Amino acid sequence: MTHLIIFLFFGALCLAGAVNLLVQRHPINSALSLVVVMGSLAVEYLLLGAEFVAAVQVIVYAGAVMVLFVFVIMLLNAGEEVRTKGSRVAMLFGIPGMLVGSALVGWVLIERTGSQTVAAGALPGAPRTIGWLLFHNFLLPFEVTSILVLIAIMGAVVLASHPDTDSGKKKS
Amino acid sequence: MQERGRDDLTSVGGPVLSAVEGTRALLRNNALNITTFIIVSLIKTVLALFVLLTAVAYTVWLERKVVGHMQNRWGPTRVGPFGLLQPLADGVKFLFKEDLTPPHVYKPLYIAAPMIAVIFALTSIAVIPVGNSITLGSLHIPLQITDVNIGLLIILGVTSLGVYGVALAGWSSNSKYSLLGGLRASAQMISYEISLGLSLVGVLMLTGSFSLRDIVDTQGGTFWGFIPRWNIFYGGQFIAFFIYLISAYAETNRIPFDLPEAETELVAGYHTEYSAMKFAMFFMAEYANMITVAAVASLLFLGGWHGPVVGPPILRALLPVFWFVLRIFGFLFVYIWVRGTLPRFRYDQLMAFGWKFLLPLAIANLLVTALVVALRA
Amino acid sequence: MPQNYVPIFIFIAFIGILIPVTLLAAKLVRPDNPSKSKLMPYECGIDPVDSSRGRYTVRYYIVAILFVVFDVETIFLFPWAVQFKALGVFGLIEMLIFLLILVVGYIWIWKKGALEWV
Repeated sequence: MTHLIIFLFFGALCLAGAVNLLVQRHPINSALSLVVVMGSLAVEYLLLGAEFVAAVQVIVYAGAVMVLFVFVIMLLNAGEEVRTKGSRVAMLFGIPGMLVGSALVGWVLIERTGSQTVAAGALPGAPRTIGWLLFHNFLLPFEVTSILVLIAIMGAVVLASHPDTDSGKKKS
Repeated sequence: MQERGRDDLTSVGGPVLSAVEGTRALLRNNALNITTFIIVSLIKTVLALFVLLTAVAYTVWLERKVVGHMQNRWGPTRVGPFGLLQPLADGVKFLFKEDLTPPHVYKPLYIAAPMIAVIFALTSIAVIPVGNSITLGSLHIPLQITDVNIGLLIILGVTSLGVYGVALAGWSSNSKYSLLGGLRASAQMISYEISLGLSLVGVLMLTGSFSLRDIVDTQGGTFWGFIPRWNIFYGGQFIAFFIYLISAYAETNRIPFDLPEAETELVAGYHTEYSAMKFAMFFMAEYANMITVAAVASLLFLGGWHGPVVGPPILRALLPVFWFVLRIFGFLFVYIWVRGTLPRFRYDQLMAFGWKFLLPLAIANLLVTALVVALRA
Repeated sequence: MPQNYVPIFIFIAFIGILIPVTLLAAKLVRPDNPSKSKLMPYECGIDPVDSSRGRYTVRYYIVAILFVVFDVETIFLFPWAVQFKALGVFGLIEMLIFLLILVVGYIWIWKKGALEWV
């Protein structure tokens, strides 16, 4: 019962955050809504028993990736977006497309799993289990990840560094 | 001061908990168990918050007193004996001060930022154990709000979320000093978060668990006859301990890493435009973070609450709490000592120290620890 | 198992109510008489020059993005560390390869000067 209440509450919070992300016009409000979405997703993972994934969701997504977003908004001084009427094409095709898409996803989910439910905390997600799976069963993907991270490091530095044009800017 | 708080914990908690126990015996069904659980958690929450906030207030007093004596001054003396009632006076003053909300700020975030900072600073205490457990009737209560599998990760998580309070305060204030202070603070916090995380890996290797209670339990006993089996000695986590401590000083924006609040250049940094209760919230957040850091350092590296335990059962239950509080007090004293001693870093020195010295050192330390653990096994 | 986490939510809910209530209580008792000069942005007594919203150095961006990358690396180390005793020497070699690749990246950004602040 407690679990159902928590599930529904954070599910609603997650959806509200996602809608707010789209509705808000100031980028920093949108970014913070995304933080709320990440946080409530973490709670939902926790309910499933995926403890480690929940912690990673908070530390990496809410605590690192979103901090980067907020940083960029602060640095660039991004202002409020101008509201436009929106294109007619988007109205004509976007809304029906979205409806069809979500109906399709919902149908597939119901078709595949029926009305089965998972008991709270039923999935194996303790850090030690994850450690064993990651470093035993999924060893190759893990090592490939390191190359991905390496590429990310290099890409970030190459994109961001322009030593010649940097001198004119404000320093602190 | 924290000792006084602990006494309150048992004296107030006792009768209430036995009342709960009585009701539980009266109506034995499943629904009530949940109610009991929630009531016990609520009581623990209130007590822990009361103790933590008292400790925060008296840390401020301690800091003023100790720094005062280090600088040949007296510190607070007027309010109560030895100025002991000074925190109370400060609290009342914060409450009654005029709170200015300048028109140039972005109001929703300007109000939310101090709350975000203080809420995430206080949350860590929910997973920190303070001692073994006490038995009241048939109810066995661990001295901790809750013991979870990923306790350490939760502390890291809320620490990383604490950046938002600072960053948003700086941004929403819409003032040059605030924005620069906020940027500096958040860049510094995220830089040192990496070496902080890496310094914990060695401890995790030795203990094999994220649960803070498990981590303390593995550190009981002695080796070679007399040396306590703490991680700092037995695990050889000496270097990791210092990496943790230095990174934590930077995380909490304390001297010698208090650049975000460098008053000579930035007035007060990210909270320049704040006043009264909102300013007090940033203050509380900083000191609550210091206490968390002290608690985590004691739990991970210095054996938590382990220490000589003698006497009747009630003393056996409470002595570990005393040893733990003593360690926290020691760390807080070092915080203040460092503040009274060291000058401030320059910003490029700060960044270079974090990225070019602490980070490789932390990686080297974890590799050496891995080798030692593998050889020992 | 998730039952253990419920007290954390109770705790957060409790302070989530307590803190705003404190702010509201302060609003009821404190004086409120703002004036023009009180409400100016603080610039040590002189009138503010220039807008506070400018563009700031790209260094902060590099720091943030490097933080994200290294944070992911640290997260990978955690489950490995708690399972290290069971994984044994094999686990050590795995992690050595992982770290070696990352250290190459680290040396590269150092040489590239991305870690220099000025």
